[in-house]
Amino acid sequence: MLDADFFRRWMAATATAVDREADHLTELDSAIGDADHGSNLQRGFTAVAAVVEKDAPATPGAVLTLAGRQLISTVGGASGPLYGTLLRRTGKALGEAAEVDRDRLARAFAEGVAAVGQLGGAQAGDKTMLDALLPAAEALGSSFRGAADAARAGAGATVPLQARKGRASYLGERSIGHQDPGATSAALLVEALAETAADGGVDA
Amino acid sequence: MKMLINVPETVVADALRGMAAAHPELTVDVENRVVVRRDAPVAGKVGLVSGGGSGHEPLHAGFVGPGMLSAACPGEVFTSPVPDQMVRAAAAVDSGAGVLFVVKNYTGDVLNFEMAAELAEDEGIQVAQVVVDDDVAVSDSTFTAGRRGTGATLFVEKIAGAAADEGAPLDRVVSVARQVNGSSRSFGVALSAVTTPAKGSPTFDLPAGELELGIGIHGEPGRERRPMMTSGEIADFAVDAVLEDLRPTGPVLALVNGMGATPLLELYGFSAEVHRVLGERGVPVARTLVGNYVTSLDMAGCSVTLCQIDEELLRLWDAPVETPALRWGR
Repeated sequence: MLDADFFRRWMAATATAVDREADHLTELDSAIGDADHGSNLQRGFTAVAAVVEKDAPATPGAVLTLAGRQLISTVGGASGPLYGTLLRRTGKALGEAAEVDRDRLARAFAEGVAAVGQLGGAQAGDKTMLDALLPAAEALGSSFRGAADAARAGAGATVPLQARKGRASYLGERSIGHQDPGATSAALLVEALAETAADGGVDA
Repeated sequence: MKMLINVPETVVADALRGMAAAHPELTVDVENRVVVRRDAPVAGKVGLVSGGGSGHEPLHAGFVGPGMLSAACPGEVFTSPVPDQMVRAAAAVDSGAGVLFVVKNYTGDVLNFEMAAELAEDEGIQVAQVVVDDDVAVSDSTFTAGRRGTGATLFVEKIAGAAADEGAPLDRVVSVARQVNGSSRSFGVALSAVTTPAKGSPTFDLPAGELELGIGIHGEPGRERRPMMTSGEIADFAVDAVLEDLRPTGPVLALVNGMGATPLLELYGFSAEVHRVLGERGVPVARTLVGNYVTSLDMAGCSVTLCQIDEELLRLWDAPVETPALRWGR
């Protein structure tokens, strides 16, 4: 079972991963966006890790809703509302349970991902974070590791796509051949989840 | 790349401290990144709030003052502000007559302002939004995030600001803003790429002998690249791109806008060419504004925005305005 402490460690692991990969994310974003995805998420998840540590919310749902609110308040751009909505809606869907299992998390995460699609008006194949999140949400029903692998594969599969949403969409065909920075950072979030589970000895 | 900065992390806060020192007629909240006209909230007046990524100065904070914006919220460089800033700005300028958010059509701006509108309404502030989307370089908006908001933002902020200053109610200010946006189109060209403080090197590679046609204001590449053209050839291309979409049947307002690194000597020369093309196409120009108003950091280049006006819009355009970057008639 996964308790509030597990979710705090997930957020801390995401902050560490975003920190490590910030330059890479910005490099990907400079090809088809405006070169700030890494620094924006770094600012956001650093703030998230700090606030969930300080406020120590008592339930998994409360950790994620707080994290989501914090992202919306600190990131800006499109990633702030989109990542904020992902975590906030996942947290809300988890409700007030003190502990949740992977199945319950998978269902809640799918709701969060659906909310992201609704907010951004994007679908699978538009070359956005959804291309990593949708397969991850599905695979999370089976295993943490599977979700991480699906997210990474989904991010890689954005390379040949033409962007239809976000700033990269203005490039038209010139967006083809570049991996989407949003899908790449989304894969980091799901990989951090799998690492947290593996470190805590939770099922694969 | 040499830049007149301390460190990339503080460029926005440093600029706001400078604005505060230079403009005592504004209230500048450096920590929360909100710039408000000193006398806000003005009793009975609709509040006009805009904002967006920094790097487009004087947009938006330079347009705060009587006759234009009530408040502006600058985000990080090229990153939209967060909802907290917008809610704070709305609360600071709302006199009970409601607040209009002027939003440029970029995904981040639209999402954050939408969230802010919900939060502000929770606090009992009546909020309306107008999304500016004037950039004709984005032609097939079915497969993109839609037309970008660029130069027409200045027209919307000035003309809706004048209506609000006259005491027009919120629904009237909204309809004026929508009319201005619906009557405006823009087209921009880049002669050099932009360098953001965080990255420190140009965001795209533009060879010396080439220009980029149909750019936005974030250093994103445009819709095509060609060998360098003369000012007259660029004016032909840009004005025709705008007219093809706008098809004006009367006089227009013209904004000949610099992207940040193009000197006024070149902009005035370009403006002469814009007037020549409009004359050849039979389009009368009622007013022309030339200068760096909706910029993209150190990008060289220019944009043309045309707005078809009627007598009422022209009267509101001519109405007094007193802001750091735009002032006349007072």
